[in-house]
Amino acid sequence: MAGAAIETKGLVKVFGENRAVDGVDLTVEPGTVFGLLGPNGAGKTTTIRMLATLLKIDGGSATVLGHDVTAEPDAVRGRVSMTGQYASVDEDLTGTENLVMLARLLGFDREGARARAAELLEAFGLSDAADRQIKNYSGGMRRRIDIAASIVIAPDLIFLDEPTTGLDPRSRNQVWNVVRALVADGTTVLLTTQYLDEADQLADRIAVIDHGRVIAEGTSSELKASVGAGALHVRVADPDQAAEAERMLTEALAVEVTRESDGISLSARADDPSRVAGALTELSGAGIEVTEFSLGQPSLDEVFLALTGHVAEGEDPEAGDLELEEVR
Amino acid sequence: MTATMPDPTDEAAGVLDDEKLKAALGNRTRPDRPGPVAASLTFGWRAMLKIKHVPEQLFDVTMFPIMFTLLFTYLFGGALAGSPSEYIQLLAPGILVQTVVFITMYAGMGLNNDIKKGVFDRFRSMPIWRPAPMVGLLLGDAVRFVLASIVVLVLSLIIGFRPEGGPLGVIAGIALTIVFAFSISWIWTLLGLVMRTPEAVLNTAMTVLFPVIFASNIFVDPDTMPGWLQSVVDLNPITHLTTAVRGLMGTGAETSDLIWVFASSAVLIAIFAPLTMRRYSRL
Repeated sequence: MAGAAIETKGLVKVFGENRAVDGVDLTVEPGTVFGLLGPNGAGKTTTIRMLATLLKIDGGSATVLGHDVTAEPDAVRGRVSMTGQYASVDEDLTGTENLVMLARLLGFDREGARARAAELLEAFGLSDAADRQIKNYSGGMRRRIDIAASIVIAPDLIFLDEPTTGLDPRSRNQVWNVVRALVADGTTVLLTTQYLDEADQLADRIAVIDHGRVIAEGTSSELKASVGAGALHVRVADPDQAAEAERMLTEALAVEVTRESDGISLSARADDPSRVAGALTELSGAGIEVTEFSLGQPSLDEVFLALTGHVAEGEDPEAGDLELEEVR
Repeated sequence: MTATMPDPTDEAAGVLDDEKLKAALGNRTRPDRPGPVAASLTFGWRAMLKIKHVPEQLFDVTMFPIMFTLLFTYLFGGALAGSPSEYIQLLAPGILVQTVVFITMYAGMGLNNDIKKGVFDRFRSMPIWRPAPMVGLLLGDAVRFVLASIVVLVLSLIIGFRPEGGPLGVIAGIALTIVFAFSISWIWTLLGLVMRTPEAVLNTAMTVLFPVIFASNIFVDPDTMPGWLQSVVDLNPITHLTTAVRGLMGTGAETSDLIWVFASSAVLIAIFAPLTMRRYSRL
């Protein structure tokens, strides 16, 4: 396939008064993972649903694997798979029944469908749950059967809408491994996520979406670089020395230092690593015991804040909580 | 990453096998797409599996017909036809029509539930014949229609129904009822796609079905009704269906009634099937 796997120009979707997607331009290269990052209601799901031919586009254009989504929806459907935000499998049916049904719908004969279902269940570690109804699956198992359902016929491109929302870290890692295996196999992946570390971990390129618009696009490092500085985090042993440490760091780094609510953790912007080393030496010279320190690139949280002027939290308070947990 | 660390105590979470995953992904079998019939039958199979897993949903196709048949026969039979055993001759084909036509509305509810659960997104994003999920749903319903018909019939036979048309006449009557039920179901599939909740679908369907079913000749002879109501009853396709079924199960149906039933079935499908499909592709 020459050209981009996905190309959109000025993509628009309007729901009543609300311009859910408001002129989105995207180019996704074949065989890469592209991450759409943004809070709830940013327009990620709407974008992905238009590209998967589930929603009519109201403006602009979109081609997927060289086919226009409006003019040739069936050609697109033949080569992509969609894994929705909520399990897009039949909860009343068992794992095997779901996969056999989908394989039959894709043209496998009875025997072929059974064999393919068994192969997928095995590969996704679900053989033991093969004959259980999906409604008795755990969250992680659900996501896996859902992704298995998307690759009954290995697609050229797969849409994953918030593949790890609500999963525990272990299940999330398993989904990440599946995504990596898909890419290793040559599949193009477009995923949406509210988790900044997820985009960081998986995506070759990231588009940050807010209020239906792409506000930044690039690799994870490019996005971080565009925001600039990294951050220094220091924790002192003795709370009584925190104020002194704060004063010394402020002086040594010549930036504002914030003390966290625990009273012993300090954070500061750190543009110049050599200055940081000097500041830490000064602390130990003054007899202030440091129990922990770290110097990092800015997190994508900070990137989001810098780009949008507001923190990356959705309207859904639950999602916000989850995100705090994720980032720790 | 420590994701592949197997945790033997966590059986339910399962373990991903990278090698098997690679093999499964590498399996690039691409069979030919199935035709409309094969795709619809697969969805019909899905409906059967749902009945197998959630047998409670058969409650309304078994208990309701039993209740209605007994209630009407013994409560009104004496007053309306002289005796319950005489009334059941008239009522049995009618209550069959009523029962089957009533349960058509669950098609809309089922569809509405599917959409809310997200499984329809997957079907819609697959390269299959577009009406297949709906047709399959209705094929599954046909099984429920047959079950309900058998329940009504057996109960009616027990309490004294003696169809002169014999087994063939009875089967023809049931078949005709199911043809009409399949056609009217498209109204509810449309509602199922348009409305927000399964409850709303049910309420709307009830509001439509109640007057349509009762303003017919199912329960009483229209001769006793006021003139204006008689004209309404005469125009009601349910009346013609009931008359035709009585005829088929009795001494023979009038061609004009059969034409009425087939024509109204065709009109229902011609209007509501395309509307359903239009709405489906625009969800």
